[in-house]
Amino acid sequence: MNALRLNGLLAAGLVLLALLGLALGEVALGADGWRLALQPDTPQAQIVWEIRAPRVAAAAAVGAALGLAGAVMQGLLRNPLADPGVLGVSAGAGLGAALAISAGLAAAPGGVEAAALAAALLAGGVLTALAARFREPETLILFGVALSAFAGALTSLVFNLSPSPIATTEILGWLLGSVANRDWGDLARAALPMAAGAGLCAYAARGLVMLTLGEETAALSGLPMARLRAAAVAGAALLTGAAVAVAGVIGFVGLAAPHLVRAAAGADPARTLAPSALAGAALLVAADLAGRLIPTDQELKLGVVTALFGAPLFAMIAWRAARSWRG
Amino acid sequence: MTPALEISGARARLGRVEALTGASLCVRSGEVVGLVGPNGAGKSTLLRAALGLVRLQAGAARLGGRDVAGLSDLQRAALAGYLPQGRRVGWNLPAWRSAALGAANRPPGPAREAAMQALARVGMADAAGRGVLDLSGGERARVLFARLLATTAPLLAADEPAAGLDPDSQFLALELLREEARARRAVIVTLHDLTLAARACDRIVVIARGATIADGTPREALTPAVLAQVFGLDGELIDTAAGPVLAARRAPA
Repeated sequence: MNALRLNGLLAAGLVLLALLGLALGEVALGADGWRLALQPDTPQAQIVWEIRAPRVAAAAAVGAALGLAGAVMQGLLRNPLADPGVLGVSAGAGLGAALAISAGLAAAPGGVEAAALAAALLAGGVLTALAARFREPETLILFGVALSAFAGALTSLVFNLSPSPIATTEILGWLLGSVANRDWGDLARAALPMAAGAGLCAYAARGLVMLTLGEETAALSGLPMARLRAAAVAGAALLTGAAVAVAGVIGFVGLAAPHLVRAAAGADPARTLAPSALAGAALLVAADLAGRLIPTDQELKLGVVTALFGAPLFAMIAWRAARSWRG
Repeated sequence: MTPALEISGARARLGRVEALTGASLCVRSGEVVGLVGPNGAGKSTLLRAALGLVRLQAGAARLGGRDVAGLSDLQRAALAGYLPQGRRVGWNLPAWRSAALGAANRPPGPAREAAMQALARVGMADAAGRGVLDLSGGERARVLFARLLATTAPLLAADEPAAGLDPDSQFLALELLREEARARRAVIVTLHDLTLAARACDRIVVIARGATIADGTPREALTPAVLAQVFGLDGELIDTAAGPVLAARRAPA
């Protein structure tokens, strides 16, 4: 499919879902409600613009960041199973958040988010250095698995040593992933790392295409592969870290979004980037909407919804795509 | 004339293995040089070292007269095109897009044109729109060979371009490399089929255990003594109407 048409379709779908996200919620707004929502300082306006809008925007931004990071990781590692979590950046960010919450930083606005982002950047820095030293994707994946397991173990240790059950509950709730009660300030703080990460990924795109033929072919292609690889790892780490900082650890979006668009994008890892970001945003806005609309006593956490719906969906995609993976 | 590729006294380790123990090789524009030797002799490592992909512990590797270690990515790509061994492909790009990656330094239009021309030369023009992973192993190898042809560097280094190809395609691949040499490119190619090597190469370099054993015309390099010492073969090159043929059997132990 033509790239412009594919991106246009996905963007239209995203806008439609975002409008639904604004329109639907616990409080039903009639025609009168909407008239009031468009005036300043009414309760309706507050519901739509201060509660629902930032929530939808957060879901879209986090979904886009995870979709883009997943597409970049799959391209870099030439592995359809790669996702933003494969290199341990998500686990690192989760650890940062857990440490911050148990240290009582949750009271400070942006404290937990800053800790999550800082830990993600630290993990990303380690991986960028490793990626420069080792060219083979398998090596990088193994280091990522090790980093992920270690960060996971340290997070468990935080739980283990946590003095109060309140902190434990809070950490667990945060790790499950959610975009509820996010305000515009949370989004503003995440905007810079997300934009920087997206820029690095866009820069790395032409290297991802070349990597389809292997490291050594790419090394003789004339492209500055060392810089492009570093940009890809750093970009994906920034996006993942910022996404986890806003919404906690959310699985499957980064894994599934590239697969949803790959065939339509002609299998080209560079042309998969923008559609994956749009598909990731649409998926997460839809998942958040589903979490709000499914009637349960406790509102479903976003990370739970994406995993519940994402895993079977992903198995279905894998079934159809399996043929084109192996050579 | 400055050689397109020159590597001398090369020593290199791969992990704990002494892969190169003093190998030398020189390729000039207009000639096809065959690099032969038994499995594990160090053919691929020598090629990779010459291209700066393996670090040398001793010796020197030069592309176009310049130390390969001092070249930028862009300079190196301008001096050498490379077809690695192995046919692993990451994504199911159309064949023409895969071949066009050899012309990544050109704008999209001319790159596509170069790719289509190269695909036509390897007999894959009709498959230009098919995904590389949907092709057979041999067809994919031809598409990757077309990518090498689509490069514009003065040196082509092909690691086992004939592996996995049917007999006709093997002859075609070597014939295309000869065409490139006639167009004043320098060509270095590793081969296992000594008959194919003797027919297609101006010069043959024989290596064993990481060192150069013989270097000369096919007749000079593939003598019965070299065949026995390096390959463990009891045989010789015989002239036929179609060209030289290796007639050999395993040397008695």
